Amino acid sequence: MRTFILRRLLYAIPTLIGISIITFAIVRLSPGDPIRFFTFGVQDITAADIERLRAAYGLDKPIPLQYVDWVGRILRLDFGRSLIYNKDAGQLILELLPNTLQLAITSLVLQLVIGVPLGVVAALKRGTWTDGAIRVFGVAGHAVPAFWLGLMLILFFAVQLRWLPSQGMLTVGADVWDLPDRLKHILLPAFVLSLTGIATYSRILRTETLDVLGQDYVRTAHAKGLRERTVLFVHALRNALIPMVTALGGILAVLVGGALVIEQVFSWPGLGRFTFQAAIAKDYPVIQAGTMIASVLLVASYILRDIAYAVVDPRITVK
Amino acid sequence: MADLLEVNDLHTQFFTRDGVVHAVDGVSFSLAAGETLGLVGESGCGKSVTALSLMRLIPQPPGKITEGSIVFDGQDVLKMDDDDIRGIRGNNVAMIFQDPMTSLNPVLTISRQISEALELHLKMDKGEARKRTIELLELVGIPSAKKRVDDYPHQFSGGMRQRVMIAMALSCNPKLILADEPTTALDVTIQAQILDLLKNLAREFRTAFILITHDLGVVAGMTQRIHVMYAGRIVEKADTGELFANPKMPYTWGLLRSIPRLDERRKEKLIPIEGLPPDLIAPPTGCRFEPRCQYRRDICREKEPELAAVPNAKPDHEARCWGTQNVPGGGWLVATDWRREVGDTSVIEEIRRGDDTAAAGE
Repeated sequence: MRTFILRRLLYAIPTLIGISIITFAIVRLSPGDPIRFFTFGVQDITAADIERLRAAYGLDKPIPLQYVDWVGRILRLDFGRSLIYNKDAGQLILELLPNTLQLAITSLVLQLVIGVPLGVVAALKRGTWTDGAIRVFGVAGHAVPAFWLGLMLILFFAVQLRWLPSQGMLTVGADVWDLPDRLKHILLPAFVLSLTGIATYSRILRTETLDVLGQDYVRTAHAKGLRERTVLFVHALRNALIPMVTALGGILAVLVGGALVIEQVFSWPGLGRFTFQAAIAKDYPVIQAGTMIASVLLVASYILRDIAYAVVDPRITVK
Repeated sequence: MADLLEVNDLHTQFFTRDGVVHAVDGVSFSLAAGETLGLVGESGCGKSVTALSLMRLIPQPPGKITEGSIVFDGQDVLKMDDDDIRGIRGNNVAMIFQDPMTSLNPVLTISRQISEALELHLKMDKGEARKRTIELLELVGIPSAKKRVDDYPHQFSGGMRQRVMIAMALSCNPKLILADEPTTALDVTIQAQILDLLKNLAREFRTAFILITHDLGVVAGMTQRIHVMYAGRIVEKADTGELFANPKMPYTWGLLRSIPRLDERRKEKLIPIEGLPPDLIAPPTGCRFEPRCQYRRDICREKEPELAAVPNAKPDHEARCWGTQNVPGGGWLVATDWRREVGDTSVIEEIRRGDDTAAAGE
């Protein structure tokens, strides 16, 4: 097991190098010059001043050389200073990371807690109106764009009914540990973010459950005289959940990515929204720090998935 | 002796899009405690469905037991509520399935899969159940059972897995074991071992068993009696020795002709049964074997014979054939020696041609 994890960690290195090169290239090659952007409209600035500024941020060097510089600093965990906030970019990102994770993990929990039972129920009630309703919900969950649904929910629950807040993580001035207040704030964005996952999981689990219930070992379990419940939860569900692990591995990426839109809609102070704003403002260090940290998270989630596989399915040997 | 199992006029049907499939159509038989019975027939003749019906394991829908009674140990299985039937499954009646590769749960250990029945039916605690599981595994001949008890099914070979299935079936000392083609999925070399094991253990524990197979060779040394099934019905009942020495139904003759014999002096060609089993959605109204029978006469197509005693045979030998029964209009096969007289060859040709057109039409 330990060598397996070590090997997976080694595999992660080339992946991260690849991601870093691509994001670095995209950021630098996209049109627009951050220094001109920041100095735009500033009075009394000379061309020489601009050149000096450019040199100060190391933007005057050829791009490959900038990359080497950047990697050298990254290895010392120095992500550079934000061009806008004049603060350590890594620091800024890490401060916001918990906010995004909080949203992502809440959505993940919602997806599992809602999606899995929906799938199982759909399978058990196959062909009934319950199954049909779950199917319609699933198709809608995939088809409705998250930003639109987010806006509609805000309109309904926040503007019309005034039950839930429309934005942010906390009421201004509220205590940081005011959990009911936090819960109220996270409910809408987490639900919208989890919708695609709920739809996906309920579909996967319906198919898998039906498949597993038709297996010979389920018949064996019935032939032993086990209760319906025991057959379902002990014998069938464990087998049906195995393919879910695959879906789970990628889901963190989807969540962190999807959070970008949702954070924007609900003004959630998270990584996605911050990186997005940095991208618009050409804040190179922040964009790079954001993508790198998100990438590390993603790669880690894949490694976790592989470990989870070995735990769930004894047929997979880890060597 | 009171019968352990009494099946009366059992009908099991499957309601499909194309119509109602009469998989088991009026099957009756009985079994005394400790008795062994072979249920023989081609694929699709209803033998597995009969076994599953006995434990009420027919998937419903589309399957349903529509008529008949199954009295096990004095109680009608078909009238029990779900809790009662669960109390019998795995406890008094156990089942061994055909394919040991798929019949064990891949994500649970062997120990878990055997113990759960012990904990459920015999109210053992975890420690006792584990100890008993190891004993059972030793009993069925699994080497170093103590170490292997915590292994998963994929760590066992096919033959070993079938031994595990037998251990599981024996775990609660059942009165009846239903073995549905227990060796069909195994290597020929392993088959004999598994059959011997099953026979010896059943004898040791005085367990009755029903061995279901398509292979008359398999039941020969295994069971006291044999019932031959065809198209959802029992077509011949006899003691095992009697059935092999003196079969009384052309279908059984066909089955016997397709088994190679070691004691024959000349190399004889094996003779297959021409034609295909009938469609069980709309079975023939006469004898169900008539379309494939080279001894047929008009009466066979008109009326279905009863399963009844036949002349020139032991008293409990019954066959469902006009030709071998001593009835008005029948009886033309009473004196026929199936080993010599192949029957009407022009009829065989006709059946073969019909089979070819059917195959070409597909």
